[in-house]
Amino acid sequence: MTESLAISKFSDLANPTRFLALAARILPWMAAATVMLFAIGLYLSFTTEGDYQQGATVRIMYVHVPAAWLSMMCYTVMAVSAIGTLVWRHTLADVSHKAAAPLGAAFTLIALATGSLWGKPMWGTWWVWDARLTSVFVLFLMYLGLIALNRAMDDPSRAARVSAVLILVGFVNIPIIKFSVDWWNTLHQPASVIRMGGPTIDQEFLWPLLIMAIAFTMLFFTLHTMAMRNEIWRRRVAAQRRMAARMAGHVTGSEA
Amino acid sequence: MTALLLRDLKLSVRAGGGALIGVLFFMTVVAVIPFGVGPDLNLLSRIGPAIVWIGALLSALLGLDRLFQTEREDGSLDLLLMQEHPLVLTVLVKCLAHWLGNGLPLVIASPLLGLFMNMDEVAIGATMLTLLVGTPALTFIGAVGAAVAVALPRGGLLVSILVLPLAIPVLIFGVSASYAAVEDPAPFMPPFLILVAITMFFAVLGPLGAALALRNAGD
Repeated sequence: MTESLAISKFSDLANPTRFLALAARILPWMAAATVMLFAIGLYLSFTTEGDYQQGATVRIMYVHVPAAWLSMMCYTVMAVSAIGTLVWRHTLADVSHKAAAPLGAAFTLIALATGSLWGKPMWGTWWVWDARLTSVFVLFLMYLGLIALNRAMDDPSRAARVSAVLILVGFVNIPIIKFSVDWWNTLHQPASVIRMGGPTIDQEFLWPLLIMAIAFTMLFFTLHTMAMRNEIWRRRVAAQRRMAARMAGHVTGSEA
Repeated sequence: MTALLLRDLKLSVRAGGGALIGVLFFMTVVAVIPFGVGPDLNLLSRIGPAIVWIGALLSALLGLDRLFQTEREDGSLDLLLMQEHPLVLTVLVKCLAHWLGNGLPLVIASPLLGLFMNMDEVAIGATMLTLLVGTPALTFIGAVGAAVAVALPRGGLLVSILVLPLAIPVLIFGVSASYAAVEDPAPFMPPFLILVAITMFFAVLGPLGAALALRNAGD
């Protein structure tokens, strides 16, 4: 009984109009929370003392690590939406993974760029073909491929279903990225925050990092909701344009 | 199913089928490398397995967009979708036929290119063996890409872009197994077995994904 109620609540939310109403209500709050978290996170990142070895460059971590987490979380969100597309055939799920792809690409690019900037002073090179770096680069290419695929098709619902299949197949890369540092013992350091036996990172770095991670996550969800809203609007505009064109054709046809 | 296999094989071998073009492309890619890096035989023999593998990967991608495209054009894809056999099996058979027509010739041509690259017998044998085991995985992964892009007017390039990232593990383990056979300290079996595992994994995932995409790509 309660379960069916929960499902009906959930499907209520899945109605695009209700989603738009909800988005309009919570977006200001989400945006405000994002700004506040970023303010606290950035303040903490800049006031903590630098590492005794790395100096100020350690602050790159506060952007690099959350962006890298987000690049993987975004793909996971897309995979969940892809299941929604294929199983329930829901428009909102289509919109969700279409809107998430450019965001994921952006976060991956940020992770790669900041990692590269961090690598130059620390490892002495901009880029190495290390397992983690390579697999994240592959993730970036996959995001771009998905965007290209979505753009190549006119029919949005077919594009969504087809790219959902590809998203699910590409999901095999996510565990590879996560565990690449454990499987291949290469230059990139293994996980130091989310690991068995608690984080090995010092408290001083842990707090700003966690707040920045939450801020990035909020940023992602805010942008994602906004992108979904825009996509729904775009589709409605396209549908209305089609209808207007049909009406116009009808009128001229009757005159002739 | 056997009839489908034979039909696809015939189509791929006959004129315009593209099987020979794949081998030609493979040879051309490998032949271009010495012009790029210079005719240093020692260097060529060192990078030989990698070059042969990359050439094979690229030429395996070349023929992929034809996997379902011609069927869609003449309408037989709808017949395949409608028949009683599970679509996954049909896709699997089509992949096998595609591999026999396009992948196997690459494997057969690889020793010759190995000679061009001044590789010794062990390296040539190892490369051929890894190609034999690894190229089916490329076909299975490619089937997903081909099915996804089947409805697109110019899907060929997009298929390559979509498929290449997924094909990287195959390349990594194929090349590392080939090198392991030549260089003493590294054992040959672990990367080779992982390559086998990848092929088996994609033999399941590839046709499943491709069948799903084909069903959804229909209008």
